[in-house]
Amino acid sequence: MSETPAETGVATWPQRTILGIFQDAGEVFILLGSVLREIPAGSRKIGLLIQQMAHIGVGSMPLTVIVALFTGAVAAVQASYQFRDYVPMIYLGTVIGKSVVIELGPVLTALVVGGRVGASIAAELGTMRVTEQVDAMETMGISPVRFLVVPRFLAAILMLPALTVFADVVAILGGYLVSTLTLDVTSHTFISGLKLYFKTQDVFSGLIKAFFFGGIIATMGCHYGLRSEGGAEGVGLATTRAVVASCLLILIVDYLLASFLFRVLFA
Amino acid sequence: MPETAIEFAGVWKRLGHADVLRGVDLSVARGESLVVIGRSGTGKSVLLKHVVGLMRPDRGVVRVNGVDVSSLGERELLSLREEMGMLFQGGALFDSMTIAENVGLALHEHTPLPASQIEIVVHEKLALVGLEGTEGMRPSSLSGGMKKRAALARALVMNPKIMLYDEPTTGLDPITSDVINRLIRRLQERLRITSIAVTHDMRSAYHIADRIAMLHEGRIHALGTPEEIQGTTDPAVRQFIEGSSEGPLLPT
Repeated sequence: MSETPAETGVATWPQRTILGIFQDAGEVFILLGSVLREIPAGSRKIGLLIQQMAHIGVGSMPLTVIVALFTGAVAAVQASYQFRDYVPMIYLGTVIGKSVVIELGPVLTALVVGGRVGASIAAELGTMRVTEQVDAMETMGISPVRFLVVPRFLAAILMLPALTVFADVVAILGGYLVSTLTLDVTSHTFISGLKLYFKTQDVFSGLIKAFFFGGIIATMGCHYGLRSEGGAEGVGLATTRAVVASCLLILIVDYLLASFLFRVLFA
Repeated sequence: MPETAIEFAGVWKRLGHADVLRGVDLSVARGESLVVIGRSGTGKSVLLKHVVGLMRPDRGVVRVNGVDVSSLGERELLSLREEMGMLFQGGALFDSMTIAENVGLALHEHTPLPASQIEIVVHEKLALVGLEGTEGMRPSSLSGGMKKRAALARALVMNPKIMLYDEPTTGLDPITSDVINRLIRRLQERLRITSIAVTHDMRSAYHIADRIAMLHEGRIHALGTPEEIQGTTDPAVRQFIEGSSEGPLLPT
């Protein structure tokens, strides 16, 4: 691997950090460009796509269900505490429903899946890189982007919205169970509240976010995995970076999307 | 004058803070088997990676069939690579696939052959390297020598015109090494494949080479037939081929 401007040692530490961030961003955009170019050919690899969808989607279900269930439960307990004496309990279902479908469902699902799947993609591709399997693939005239990255990218952007729908349902169920079983809120009150102010666009906004979060998780995992070097230590570093970058970008993009969706598109 | 298949002209490559290649000039004729010898870390594998375009020179040119590899775009490079096979040092078999899937992958990707035909070709190539019956096994259940032979079958599956071998016998027992050496020689004699092998196993080098080049201090220090190399009086080459710790080459 040739020396990069950020590694020359000429620059000072802050300069190197800034250069490194720009270099990373540039490489991510180049990878994204290659992914978009290779999607028509890569999407024909149905077997690989289904394999990745099973890994990313089905494999993440248990974790997503547990996280969603407790998220809904905690939301119910804390909202009821805030509402006490001030807000009628009919709004409990409203608040839980809205907060789950707009924010908690997509974001928490993405953070959990980002940890699980982002790490696994980076570790797998990183190991392939340091054991020369990626080089072997290129030598065989097979594009690693088409063969390795595109199936993971497509699987992630398809499965994250699906997982989010699941997480939304389970989280609301968690909130419903805690509200009706422990908070003296009747089933009728909770469901009436849930229906109150319900907007389909809220669900769509969550799914749009999930689509982008899926892209972030796969891109970060593939980017850091494919540029691993130096054996086990390098793979470990790539895995950590992929997860950290995914989580940070999910939160940043969440803000940007929220601003666009609720101030522009659905305003 | 024989036609040149691979040519390095003034190739420089810097890795980290060191110039690994410092003006390599070397040409390989079509059908020739060239072995590059040299100490570990002298850039032998780096040299091979330039041929397949996995690395690009900082200065100089690498030509394959007269075409500057660095000038090729991604697609042209992928199609040039279809004419080449490379045996990696550790085999580089894909862990997630069976041996048959590893060997047949390039056929699935680059040819319209039906699965049944691919199965036959895969069986033929595995038989060529003495690995019949391993089709359904995973790379993790093969020994080092078997992995290397399976990787060789994979590299040969597209009937390449150019073969590159990165340390083909390193880490193998002497008998398995001999099997690999004979196989490489047989392929070269039967199919007239142009090949470059990098190694520091002199027994292997003498067996498979038409010519041997020694890479030292980033340049081609010596070049000749196995007999010429064996008979050389150059102290660095003598020290290397005799495996002596005394001489101009300092222990690292």
